[in-house]
Amino acid sequence: MIDPGLYNYWIVVVLMMAGFFIVISHGNLVKKIVGLNIFQTSVFILYISFGKVTDATAPILDEAYSEYSNPLPHVLILTAIVVGVATSALGLALIVRIREAYGTVEEDEIIAQDPDS
Amino acid sequence: MIAEHLPALQVVIPLLAAPLCVLLRRPGPAWALATAASWAAFGVAVLLLIAVLEQGVLSYHLGGWEPPWGIEYRVDLANAFVLLIVAAISAVVLPFARRSVAAEIPEEKAYLFYSMYLLCLTGLLGIAITGDAFNVFVFLEISSLSSYVLISLGKDRRALTAAFQYLIMGTIGATFYLIGVGLLYAMTGTLNMADLAQRLPAVADTRTVHAAFAFLVIGIGVKAAAFPLHLWLPNAYCYAPSVVTAFLAATATKVSIYVLLRILFTVFGPVFSFEAIEFDLVMIPLALAAMLLASTTAIFQNNVKRLLAYSSVAQIGYMVLGISLGSVTGVTAGIVHLFNHAMIKGGLFLAMGCVFVMLGSVQLRDMAGLGRRMPWTMAAFVIGGLSLIGVPATTGFISKWVLVQATLERGQWFFAVLILASSLLALVYVWRVVEVAYFRPAPEGAAEVSEAPLAMLIPTWLLILANVYFGVDTSLTLGVARRAAETLLGGAA
Repeated sequence: MIDPGLYNYWIVVVLMMAGFFIVISHGNLVKKIVGLNIFQTSVFILYISFGKVTDATAPILDEAYSEYSNPLPHVLILTAIVVGVATSALGLALIVRIREAYGTVEEDEIIAQDPDS
Repeated sequence: MIAEHLPALQVVIPLLAAPLCVLLRRPGPAWALATAASWAAFGVAVLLLIAVLEQGVLSYHLGGWEPPWGIEYRVDLANAFVLLIVAAISAVVLPFARRSVAAEIPEEKAYLFYSMYLLCLTGLLGIAITGDAFNVFVFLEISSLSSYVLISLGKDRRALTAAFQYLIMGTIGATFYLIGVGLLYAMTGTLNMADLAQRLPAVADTRTVHAAFAFLVIGIGVKAAAFPLHLWLPNAYCYAPSVVTAFLAATATKVSIYVLLRILFTVFGPVFSFEAIEFDLVMIPLALAAMLLASTTAIFQNNVKRLLAYSSVAQIGYMVLGISLGSVTGVTAGIVHLFNHAMIKGGLFLAMGCVFVMLGSVQLRDMAGLGRRMPWTMAAFVIGGLSLIGVPATTGFISKWVLVQATLERGQWFFAVLILASSLLALVYVWRVVEVAYFRPAPEGAAEVSEAPLAMLIPTWLLILANVYFGVDTSLTLGVARRAAETLLGGAA
C-alpha cells in the first residue's frame, strides 16, 4: 500500500483556497454560493483525514480487529454537512428573492440599482 | 428536581416553543407563546445566576454522558451574566414586537417571524451556556441561519442583499471557527473546553495550535463584527426590521465577544494568548482604529439606524480594547460594557422602532421637529444618547470609567486620550439627531405624527431607565463583572 503522506492535506488547502477565491472574486451570487460550498467541503475532508488511523479498519466492532479509525470526526462532520446544506438552501432562496426584486443576480448591477446604499 | 435541570431548560424552552409557533399559524397566539417562552427563559437565567452566586460553577451533563465524552453545559459567573443579558433583552423586546411586527411584516408571515426569533434566541443562549467547543459551532449556526432570515424580512429590498452579504461573511467566519476547533481536536483529542485547557499546554508550542488560535480568533471576530471584519454589520442592522435590529444589536455581537473571552482565557489561557502569541499587539491597534474610524463614519450617516450601527462597531472596539489589555480591570471593563452597551443600543434601536412605526422612515431629514411631535420617544433617545456618549450617572460613563482606569493601570495614558476623543465623536453624531429633532421646524405639509403607543413606549423606557439605574447602582453589573473577570483570569493560571 502506498503511504498517502500529507496528500489529503494538500487537497484540503487547494480546495479551501479555490473556494475562498471564488467567493471573493466572483460577482455572480450563485457562483459565490458554489465557492462557499467548495470552501466548506474542504473542511469536511480535513476532519475526515485526521480521523484516519494508519493500519486500522473501519469502526465496526469485529473480533478479528483491534484497531479502528476514530469515528468521532465523521459524526462531527455529519453535523457540519447538515449546516452546509441549510446554508446553501437559504443562500439560494435569498438569491431567488434578490432576482425577483432586482431582476439580476450580478453584484455590480445590484449595487448600481441602489446608488445610495 | 427542576432546579437541577435548569441549564438544559434554558435552551430547551425557546427551542421547543419555536416549532409550536409554526403550528399556531396566527400572529396573536404565536406572539403570546414567544413572549411566554422568552419570559420563562429570563426566569431560568435569573435562577441560574443566583445558583452560581451561591454554589459556584454548575456543570450539567447532557443525557447523563460524563464529560469530556458527552456534551457538558458549564455555567460560571461569566456566562451566567451573558445568559442574563440575552434573556433580559429578549424579554423586553418581545412585548414591543407585537405592534412593530404588525407594521413591518406581512400578517401571514408573522408566525414564522416569531418562530425564527425563538430559534435565534435558542442559538444565542446555547452558545453562552455550552462548555463544548464543537457545540458552540452548532449553536452559532442555529443563531446565524435564523438571523439571516430575520434580517431578510425587512421592508426595503436592500434587506435581501444585506442578508446575503451577512450569510457569506458569517458562513466564512463560522467555517474558520470549525477549522480551528478541528485543528485543536487533532492535537488534543478532546472538544470539551475545560479538558482542552488542561491538554493544550503540552502541545502549545506547535504550529498547528498557533494556526488553530488564528482561525478561532478571526472566525469569531467576523461574528463579533470586530474591526476590520465588521463590513456586514451596517447594512444588516440598517435594513432589518426594527425589532430584529434592537435584538441582534443588543445580543448577537455580545455573545460572540463572550466566545472570544472563553477562547482567549479559558481554552488557551492568558499565558498563551498574551505571552506566547502577543494577541494584544494586533488587537489593541485594531480596537483603537474601530473606536475612531467607525465613530467618524457614523457622523456622516443620514439614516439614523445606520448611524447607530456604525456606533456599534465603535463600541465593540471598546470591548475588544478592554479584553486585549489582559488585566482584571481591562476584562472587567469589557464585560461590563457588554452589559451596558446591550441596554444602551437596545433602548436606542427600540426608540428608532417607535419612530419607524409612526413616521415610516428613520432618515434624518424626515425627523425634523420630531421632538415636539413624539416627545416621549425622542426623550428616550436623548437619554440613551447621553449614555452612549458616557455622561456621568449613566451606564456608558461606568464602562468608560473602568476602561480608562484599565489603560492608566498599564501606563497607557495615550489610549485614555483616544477613548475620550472617541466619546467626543459620539457627542457629535448624537447631537446631529438631537439638533434635527428638536431645533428644526417640521417641514410644511408633513404628515401628522402622534406619539407611539404605550405597548412600545414602555419597553423602550424600561431599557432607558435601566441605563440610569445601573449608572448609579453598579453593585450588580460592576460587582458581577469583576468577579467574572477574576474567574476567567484566575481559572487558567
